[in-house]
Amino acid sequence: MKRVGVFVCHCGTNIAAAVDVGEVVDKARLERGVVFSAEYPYMCSEAGQTMIANAVKEHNLTGVVVSACSPRMHEVTFRKAAAKIGLNPYMLEMANIREQCSWIHKDKDDATKKAVSLTSAAVAKVHLNTPLFAGESPVTKRALVIGGGIAGISVALDVADAGYDVDIVESTPGIGGRMAQLDKTFPTLDCSACILTPKMVDAATHDNITLHTYSEVESVEGFVGDFTVTIRKKARSVDMKKCTGCGACYDKCPAKKAPSEFEEGLSNRKAIYIPFAQAVPNVPVIDREQCIKFKTGKCGLCETVCAPGAIDFEQQDELVTQKYGAVIVATGFRPIELGKFGEYAPESKDVLTSLEFERITNAAGPTKGALVRLSDGRKPKSITFIQCVGSRDTTPRGKAYCSKICCMYTAKHAMLVKDKYPDIDVNVYYIDVRSPGKNFDEFYRRAAEEYGVNYIKGQVGKVVDMGDHLVLQAADMLDNRQITARTDMIVLATAIEPLKSTKPIASMLTASIDTNGFMTEAHPKLKPVESPTAGVFLAGACHGPKDIPETVAQAGAAAAKVLGLLSKSKLTTNPCVAAADELACNGCSACESVCPYGAIGYEDRQINDHGVRGNQRLAAVNTALCQGCGACAVTCPSGAMDLLGFSNRQILAEVDALCR
Amino acid sequence: MQITGEQTFTPLITAFCCNWCSYAGADLAGTSRLAYPAEVRIIKVPCSCRINPLFVLRAFQKGADGVIICGCHPGDCHYIMGNYYARRRMTLLFSLLDFMGIERGRTHLEWVSAAEGAKFAATMSGFAENIHKLGKNRRLEDLRCKSS
Repeated sequence: MKRVGVFVCHCGTNIAAAVDVGEVVDKARLERGVVFSAEYPYMCSEAGQTMIANAVKEHNLTGVVVSACSPRMHEVTFRKAAAKIGLNPYMLEMANIREQCSWIHKDKDDATKKAVSLTSAAVAKVHLNTPLFAGESPVTKRALVIGGGIAGISVALDVADAGYDVDIVESTPGIGGRMAQLDKTFPTLDCSACILTPKMVDAATHDNITLHTYSEVESVEGFVGDFTVTIRKKARSVDMKKCTGCGACYDKCPAKKAPSEFEEGLSNRKAIYIPFAQAVPNVPVIDREQCIKFKTGKCGLCETVCAPGAIDFEQQDELVTQKYGAVIVATGFRPIELGKFGEYAPESKDVLTSLEFERITNAAGPTKGALVRLSDGRKPKSITFIQCVGSRDTTPRGKAYCSKICCMYTAKHAMLVKDKYPDIDVNVYYIDVRSPGKNFDEFYRRAAEEYGVNYIKGQVGKVVDMGDHLVLQAADMLDNRQITARTDMIVLATAIEPLKSTKPIASMLTASIDTNGFMTEAHPKLKPVESPTAGVFLAGACHGPKDIPETVAQAGAAAAKVLGLLSKSKLTTNPCVAAADELACNGCSACESVCPYGAIGYEDRQINDHGVRGNQRLAAVNTALCQGCGACAVTCPSGAMDLLGFSNRQILAEVDALCR
Repeated sequence: MQITGEQTFTPLITAFCCNWCSYAGADLAGTSRLAYPAEVRIIKVPCSCRINPLFVLRAFQKGADGVIICGCHPGDCHYIMGNYYARRRMTLLFSLLDFMGIERGRTHLEWVSAAEGAKFAATMSGFAENIHKLGKNRRLEDLRCKSS
């Protein structure tokens, strides 16, 4: 029988206010095998840990139960403390009496009763705990970045500068992402391209960085330190080694009708194209659905004009398999579709999304930077910006969250318009102006006060395209009156959402996404750049709406975490793995068929079954591959397979204790 | 012992939660102070596929009035496909239990992600309310197992 010590934490008043801690301590002492129980205001503090250490020595404790917060919070802390005093860390269990008890149950009697019950279950389990020893696994010194926007580029440069190899996988033909589409950035009004393009070139020319553009992640296997990833390099139809980037091919291409993704569909591109003039890599792609050669078999003009002979109509998708120690997800965002927002007349040519407006104001954009109405080419006399289109909208068509960047880019747009054309009347309809970043509120006030942008608190209910102008109807919430206003151009601050590819990528990595489709962080405060899956890190808007400074900051933080991982020579593995009892196993292969990791093999071993010797085919678990899910333990018909740390007997003991 | 009225009935509910999604969802419910009935007692398992049907039977045998199993959403399992195993096993087990007279309402399988604290609390409240309506479970309870 183990000698168990129970340590109950007050967590200040977090637990003590709702749970009678003294009662939990007293009741714990009545449990089988408990020789010591005590309470302390903060068990995770240095003093609390010392208290545990002293009690273990003094009372020769062989098992420890800490009734405190969630094990997801402090199990590692306490297990480290146990290891320091020579107790196997897996001889310690936690009872979660904070998240599962004191924080949610108002009635003190109920909460105390539950805390006692949860503690008794932990005691029952710890009696059956056995010392477990972590193994080691190797670390591949290479990182994979999924997404080649500013987030991905920043992570890649930071990791590569530290001397590790990095691969960037980007689904579009070139890197740069959303930031490349922007004209200016808030709150400094820096030229976006001027600060981004040098970074793009740095990434492309860095000795340690390999770019896989026009590529997608096909499959991911393995785990932290040892991911095996297959990348599909889509057929570019242009040989990257031969192409010199001269541009003769897209100059001559006669298929001109494809809407340009980079220009948000506001202008057309050729069938063979580079996304934008400063594209990295400067190698075109043939859009096979638009190309006349692929559609009809005739044409091939690009091939004729290509001096180096880089055009390759026969090119096939190529699969590249590579090992990585860490994966960084930086897939970014897109504006939501406005199909369900008919009241804003999104089909009108003079109603633009903010990203479209960004292209209109860009000197390299579809209008060469001229601010004109796309319907008739006239310069607008009045522009109206509408905020929160789809954001903070709890109806099914919208997004309940704040898209965060819109208030500031709208102030930026308004200011840029006023700066260039002081005669244009600029109105902004808003619900709230949210400007909590560094220099953000000053920036917004400049727009409203210095530039004379007219901010109206109110929501727009209807927009009608009258042909030569637009009419909108809105409510002014401060004046409490209805407004019917005439305007020439409307810009919708459209909500942003994660890319559609985020979900399949998260699934491949077994990382999780939240109800809005954004990647989930391992802990909102303590692990904001790690995903719950070890070795998978997050950067940028795939994790939630973010502006550029925040994205770059998160990318830097993710890079630091990646470097911490890659600099290790070996990782300790989870010792809670499956193990087969050789006397009960009959080699039936049921476990092998359910193992998602191929961690179970079979070997012929000589066994001694109560004096009877014989050769037996037995399941053998590869502990380096086993992730400890327990699927095999449940499938095993003879009960031979079990999961260390979560054995059948341990869980049954918990059930028994909780159902007393 | 005299059987008292419905008012004093405090059900015993065992919840099995996988470590990666639903246990984290339960933590989020706690951190967000989203109350659910105190009779829900959680057991942490690495994955919903770790839940042996035997655990569910044992809970009922020991007097549980309801057993709820929570895992990651389909496609989101930390162990790739463990929740699919759980879904198949529990579908079979729950219909077997139904056949044996343990009402469908006493068993439940729900997907709760780490971000769904509110869903966790709502699921537990709803399940507990159902158990309240069904009353004490007597079918599988082995009175010899009762210590007091």
